[in-house]
Amino acid sequence: MHVNIVGAGIIGLAVAFELESRAHTVTLIDPAPGQGASYAAAGMLAPAAETVWGNGPLHQLLAASNAAYPQFIERIESATGQRPDYLQNSTLVVAAEPADREALHELAELQISLGLSAQKLLPSQARKLEPALAANIAGAVLCQDDHQVDPRSIVKILLEHLRPHLVEERAQALVTDGKRTTAVRTASGRILEAEQTIVATGLGTLDGLNELPLRPVYGDILRIQGPAGPPLITRTIRGIVHREQVYLVPRRDGSLVLGASVREDRQQAVNIGAMHLLLDNARKLVPGISDCTLNEATARARPATPDDRPLLGRLDPGLLLCTGYSRHGVLLAPLGATLTADLAHGHQSHPLHQAVDPHRFANAT
Amino acid sequence: METRNITELDIHSDPFQIAGRTLSSRLILGTGGASSLTTLESALRASGTELTTVAIRHFSAAGAGNVYELLQRNNVIALPNTAGCFTARDAILTAHLAREALETNWIKLEVIADEHTLLPDPLELHAATEQLVADGFQVFAYTNDDPALAQRLQDAGVAAIMPAGAPIGSGLGILNPHNISTIASRAQVPVILDAGVGTASDAALAMELGCDAVLLASAVTRAHNAPLMARAMKDAVRAGRAARLAGRIPRRDTALASSPAEGMMQTLVGDFS
Repeated sequence: MHVNIVGAGIIGLAVAFELESRAHTVTLIDPAPGQGASYAAAGMLAPAAETVWGNGPLHQLLAASNAAYPQFIERIESATGQRPDYLQNSTLVVAAEPADREALHELAELQISLGLSAQKLLPSQARKLEPALAANIAGAVLCQDDHQVDPRSIVKILLEHLRPHLVEERAQALVTDGKRTTAVRTASGRILEAEQTIVATGLGTLDGLNELPLRPVYGDILRIQGPAGPPLITRTIRGIVHREQVYLVPRRDGSLVLGASVREDRQQAVNIGAMHLLLDNARKLVPGISDCTLNEATARARPATPDDRPLLGRLDPGLLLCTGYSRHGVLLAPLGATLTADLAHGHQSHPLHQAVDPHRFANAT
Repeated sequence: METRNITELDIHSDPFQIAGRTLSSRLILGTGGASSLTTLESALRASGTELTTVAIRHFSAAGAGNVYELLQRNNVIALPNTAGCFTARDAILTAHLAREALETNWIKLEVIADEHTLLPDPLELHAATEQLVADGFQVFAYTNDDPALAQRLQDAGVAAIMPAGAPIGSGLGILNPHNISTIASRAQVPVILDAGVGTASDAALAMELGCDAVLLASAVTRAHNAPLMARAMKDAVRAGRAARLAGRIPRRDTALASSPAEGMMQTLVGDFS
């Protein structure tokens, strides 16, 4: 079977890789592959820490995909000879103030009740694990199964591997025969035919596609260089500081990712107020970041759905949707790729299909 | 004290007149802080609110699938606010942008003094009020619980006075009930308790003190079960309003039996004499 995949961010690439490993041929269509939300993402794989009150079955998706990650990484390595920067080094969630600790501990109980790994620590225990933490933190929770990957390393490796199948053009429209999607027309007028077309464009638009329940939720994120010498921190530190969220993800090379804001103001450039707040809050948790240097400040939009779960399912006999991963695209890439490839085969046996059904909002609109 | 002839049944059709409109709900919900739009929508429906505030600087009105579309399909009015403004100049500019984007001359005016307290800056607030009223806005002024300032804002022509019960997001309830009731008793425009509500009893107390409505956000959107807390707030506002209209008994330092003891004694004495 030949499959078109519109969008070569981490989702489109993971789907293409999955289909290729099932002996299908693919065409990836993207004018700027890997330059959307995947380019900004920190790559936290945090099914426990991302589970909050009222987000329903999302945690099942997050946990299932997290469990699939080691194999996903192994398969990329064995197919390409290159290993993405994947670190199974856990996550420490830290509360700055007593009220933050109360909220953090209540969340930990929710996470534990859902079978996720979260363990309350005393501030002194947390500081033994990570001595760079501020002396006055109020509380901490250790999430043993929450890990991290550098999304740029996955994108780079998969893009190199799949480059022969890449059409670096904007997909303009879906072509149908009245019953099913048969091809994609590019901006230059090329017609790319395929048995199946998979839309993984995030916020990108495509003529012939019905309006999707997606909106841009912008995030600002900084990449900083740690001081010389031993690494500042050895695992991901997430914080709740006066109710605001902040995180620091340490990379193997001594750099760190500091994020991320949540904005719905449609301002595409990095926002100064958001950056200030991120730095201020991060410094309250890890004072040593004052000695770091700034490598990069990036803003991108996350393709968000009303309930933060992706839109994954069949739209017509030749068309599948695999987008709307909100803030969970990197973590959900392996699961999303498996579910999408199953759908391309006509299988819909996975119990999680219902949670991502793109038609689930029909009664709300 | 308002004296109205109202029965238990009438309380459900107790209209709330605000800036030339009539609402049936006296609960106003803020939209900030919900974990997702789906959660926000469930909470809005459970609250029965007809009016919500939206931070125009944080939520662009452009595009589809956003919070404004959600409000529209639920017949909830969007009241834009100037959250995030620290000067009269920024607040006035934001109000004009909101009027253009949402085609409404209603504005909830917030001019914040500092990030630590998030309390209103009274001087900037008054200056912005004066200008916005002159520009034809219906100004809903978020203010301190200061009766003197409330009076000055009313003199400047606000459509509603919105005193803070406690700092925004603190959930500390109503820290100075006496001031809130003083503001409510002197006001000629609606008084909406704004900020500080932590749980249902705070909302009920606001209504008992004579406020015309209650505005809250975090107490609902950041509750573990947002729709259930929204329902609790709806009931609390109704209960507080009913208690206010019913007229509470005076507070006393000593006990007073609910059944009159004197008459009973006289009867007994009469029987045996």
